[in-house]
Amino acid sequence: MKSLKLIGLAFGASVALSTAAFADDLTIAVAGPMTGTESAFGRQMKNGADLAVADLNAAGGVAGKKLVLDAEDDACDPKQARSVAEKIAGAKIPFVAGHFCSSSSIPASEAYADGNVLQITPASTNPLFTERKLWNVARVCGRDDQQGLIAAQYIAKNFKGKNVAILNDKTTYGKGLADETKKALNKAGITEKLNESYNKGDKDFNAIVSRLKKENIDLVYVGGYHQEAGLILRQMRDQGMKTVLMSGDALADKEYASITGPAGEGTLFTFGPDPRNKPSAKKIVEAFKAKGIDPEGYTLYTYAAMQVWSQAVKKAGTTDAKKVMETIKAGKWDTVLGPLEYDAKGDIKQIDYVVYKWDAKGGYAELNANGT
Amino acid sequence: MDYFAQQLINGLVLGSIYGLIAIGYTMVYGIVGMINFAHGDIFMIGGFIALITFLLLVSLGLTAIPLILLLVLLVAMAVTALYGWTVERIAYRPLRHSFRLAPMLSAIGMSFVLTNYSQVAQGARVKPVPPIITGGYTLHEGAEGFAVQLSNMQIMVVLVTIVLLAMFTWLVSRTRLGRDMRACEQDQTMAALLGVDVDRTISMTFVIGAALASVAGMMYLLYYGQVDFNMGFVAGIKAFTAAVLGGIGSLPGAVLGGLAIGLIETFWSAYFSVEYKDVAAFSILIIVLIFMPTGLLGRPEVEKV
Repeated sequence: MKSLKLIGLAFGASVALSTAAFADDLTIAVAGPMTGTESAFGRQMKNGADLAVADLNAAGGVAGKKLVLDAEDDACDPKQARSVAEKIAGAKIPFVAGHFCSSSSIPASEAYADGNVLQITPASTNPLFTERKLWNVARVCGRDDQQGLIAAQYIAKNFKGKNVAILNDKTTYGKGLADETKKALNKAGITEKLNESYNKGDKDFNAIVSRLKKENIDLVYVGGYHQEAGLILRQMRDQGMKTVLMSGDALADKEYASITGPAGEGTLFTFGPDPRNKPSAKKIVEAFKAKGIDPEGYTLYTYAAMQVWSQAVKKAGTTDAKKVMETIKAGKWDTVLGPLEYDAKGDIKQIDYVVYKWDAKGGYAELNANGT
Repeated sequence: MDYFAQQLINGLVLGSIYGLIAIGYTMVYGIVGMINFAHGDIFMIGGFIALITFLLLVSLGLTAIPLILLLVLLVAMAVTALYGWTVERIAYRPLRHSFRLAPMLSAIGMSFVLTNYSQVAQGARVKPVPPIITGGYTLHEGAEGFAVQLSNMQIMVVLVTIVLLAMFTWLVSRTRLGRDMRACEQDQTMAALLGVDVDRTISMTFVIGAALASVAGMMYLLYYGQVDFNMGFVAGIKAFTAAVLGGIGSLPGAVLGGLAIGLIETFWSAYFSVEYKDVAAFSILIIVLIFMPTGLLGRPEVEKV
């Protein structure tokens, strides 16, 4: 790589030095929040992408070329996501695994569509991502309406006749998730006693917590990220409340437990069945562990996004984004998450959510069918 | 009634946190006549130093919580004060005789420098600490099962605010240093002619302001259980607003302004909607400033000739 760069430089300063200049390399991108408050997830994505690229290269590369990974940072900021997307499209990169935040993935996807870039998100669960009839988008995770449905089913079964409140953080992800859950709950005959929103980045939730206390809320559903959910829980416990907190896939990060301490015990959230436990993932999980990385959260999802793309490229015999996407939607892909099949919108056909519970030791486990 | 009492507690504690940060703001303004926009970031630095010291002490095997807290407080105040001194030396002193806006602009620059510095040095992740001061009291158990809770941490936040306010009011009005500060505030040239070391006094003001910010940072860390590189911005804006509302330059005004904003936000969230709490707080700020342009406890500015 270093010698290639030197050769590239030797071609003269007038030639713009871009990675696409090397005939033997194929650059693909991973884009997510590498900095900022969601950077924990960005790092999971980067870990997954790094190993996927290394494994694909070890197996002879893709389309006869060696893969080079370009990691881009959107800081979970829609504006920055858009400019990252334009940069990737401008560099003629054919594939991006990203982004993390739905509010980033959605504006970025339009720039990718214009620039002929295929986008598979490992993590963005907002329905809108695939509902806008863009040709270039797909995901390896589920959707918030499925997630909300699973959450609502759980609440309807275990909290029938109890008081339920819904909060959201006004972000695309948080509000979307809260709205879908509310819809499904109302359909199941449960009306929430309180539906409020807060600002992402707030630290003091005592006022709203006291309101929950006054309404005798037994379960509060939070559509939002783990920092705020963690603080809400901590402040609920400080005010002597035993209310159960339930949320979505954003709580699948160890940071949640370090914010709440042992008080986080009993917190519920919906997430895909832990990919680390799937037989299809055994070998790759070991490879991660050998490198000292725990492939938690979205690590394996990002790995799977890379697998779907590389297998489809192999089958299609081209890296042309449009052809590869057609191939993806027509085929069945063998990934670390198990076999994946796609519908015409780019969503996976499997409903891939279960309810998890945090324990007192800072870990989480899938609930069994009895809800315990 | 119980609900009202609980929200009153929530509001008072939130307001105390704002007030704690605002004291430092207003102190620097009162003496130097400049808005130190980097104050919020010094507060953030204070929080980080408290966190680092805390983790260091725990890893050294200390277990006595009161001793740890005292050591953390002292180290955080000392190191953050050093930051305050350095910032003043690098960014403000060379511009002291420049036009009025220059130090303010360099303060905004300094704010960016500090934010990015801690992002690079400490990483972008939120840094949590497990709850350290736990426990509390149930003040009143209502008929419908609504219990009014007051945690030890909340008591501590309010007490620290009161103690610091008293201490610094005393410092400014009763000590030699305070007299020098007030002299510098009125007329720096005249103060210098009468033998006051102006540079040293202003340096001391920033050092004290930074030490105050570090106490606020530590309380914030203990109360909310986390710090991140970005927390100085919002906290700084709220505290600045509190200082203006209370009458910038007045120490009791800063705490009063902080309490007012904390209570407005809390009661608005409690009885109306959480969504518009900031709108409510700032609307009231505007209304107050229309009728009382110098804030609640501010003195009218005397134009210096």
